[in-house]
Amino acid sequence: MTSRRLKRRFAETAEDPTLQVSLTVNGELIERTASVRMLLSDFLRHELGLTGTHVGCEHGICGCCTVLIDGKAARSCLTLVAQADGTEVTTIEALAAEDGKLHPIQQAFKESHALQCGYCTPGMIMNIFGRFNEPEPLDLSDQGIRTMLSGNLCRCTGYVNIVAAVRRAAQLLGRV
Amino acid sequence: MKPPLFRYQAPKTLKEAVIALASDPDAMVLAGGQSLLPALNFRLASPSLLVDIQHIDELKGISIAHGQIIVKAMTRHRELELDERVRQANPLIAETMAHVAHIPIRNRGTVVGSLCHADGAAEVPLVLILLGGSVVVEGPSGRREIEADKFFRFHLSTARRRDEIAVEARFPVLPAGSGWAFDELTRRHGDYAIAGVGAVVRLDAGGHANDIRLAACGVASRPIRLLEAEKLLSGTALGEAELKAAGKAAADLVSAPDDMHATNAYRRRVVAALVRRMVAKAAARARTRQ
Repeated sequence: MTSRRLKRRFAETAEDPTLQVSLTVNGELIERTASVRMLLSDFLRHELGLTGTHVGCEHGICGCCTVLIDGKAARSCLTLVAQADGTEVTTIEALAAEDGKLHPIQQAFKESHALQCGYCTPGMIMNIFGRFNEPEPLDLSDQGIRTMLSGNLCRCTGYVNIVAAVRRAAQLLGRV
Repeated sequence: MKPPLFRYQAPKTLKEAVIALASDPDAMVLAGGQSLLPALNFRLASPSLLVDIQHIDELKGISIAHGQIIVKAMTRHRELELDERVRQANPLIAETMAHVAHIPIRNRGTVVGSLCHADGAAEVPLVLILLGGSVVVEGPSGRREIEADKFFRFHLSTARRRDEIAVEARFPVLPAGSGWAFDELTRRHGDYAIAGVGAVVRLDAGGHANDIRLAACGVASRPIRLLEAEKLLSGTALGEAELKAAGKAAADLVSAPDDMHATNAYRRRVVAALVRRMVAKAAARARTRQ
């Protein structure tokens, strides 16, 4: 039984407005009805089952939830799915080839042992993927790579191997 | 955490947006959402209505006219940072934008949104104060332009009224022959500044500063001009003694109390050092641009 006090403080779920969204996710057109307050991260994970996008802090600090929106890296926890209406979203699931062949950035992370628990890895890779897609020159010095990764937190490996992986990925992709 | 309940509207025209915002005293404007979404997720903000302005074409784009860089409300940080015309017209802007959070945040967050959020440690408000720019707002009673000095009132508080939408910011182009510099101290790149200082310096033929502007962020409840330090440097050849005196004068304006990131005493030292370095760097650049 819900107490009267609780009822006063929390609005009824029935009062939660919804809207129609239509967006392309990993090349597939998705049309759904969603709550106007649903985060893009929750939409990807709970509505579409794309659980490769991880959720760490839900306030834009950790970078785990990074995806591409219209080709640019963005925090899916700081974006309402309503804001992503009409956009093209790319998640970590789109990177490896259909036959399971890893994307060069994934390959570089694997070769360089750049992950331990792997929780932060999808966000790291999507951030780097987005950055590599920009025409702006890359600063591949240690400091430059650390700045590139400054919006992604890893709490287990430390960053030495991750920095090496980004440099290796740049080699594999001909960006050096 | 998840955002609380709210209603949502995404109008296509500014007129509709102004009406929507005025229809509800607890409505808020949503632009890039990079400050508002965390506040919603933390339930620090609980608007009854969000007016999303991202589909309003008249609020998009950057233009340069009559010595002003006009940045419309939906312009993302990264757009302004990478715009070649802006880089030519005022290189201070790109140099400073590189310090605003991280690229994924800059891809979504808007320049005008950062001004309206008015965090006392944020870089974009400092740039507006330093250059003497302005913000144009529109509400049910019309449009008005607010000078930077009058726009920022306190941490997270501006002269924009609740029923007004900030439609554009105006950043003056860099005065001809001027040098510029910005730097800040942070624990990690992209964090809010413990303290940041920007400088614009012009020298006369004899190498004396004849126009100098200084501003700081992270040191008070809002970005501030360092007027006393400017006065001490004006007309001088920017020698070691003058720079030191200006640094001390700037340090005296640090009012931020001790917090988990830095003590007041430490911030004073940081500001003094940054003033010395930024003035010297801006002056060196001014010499090459004369």
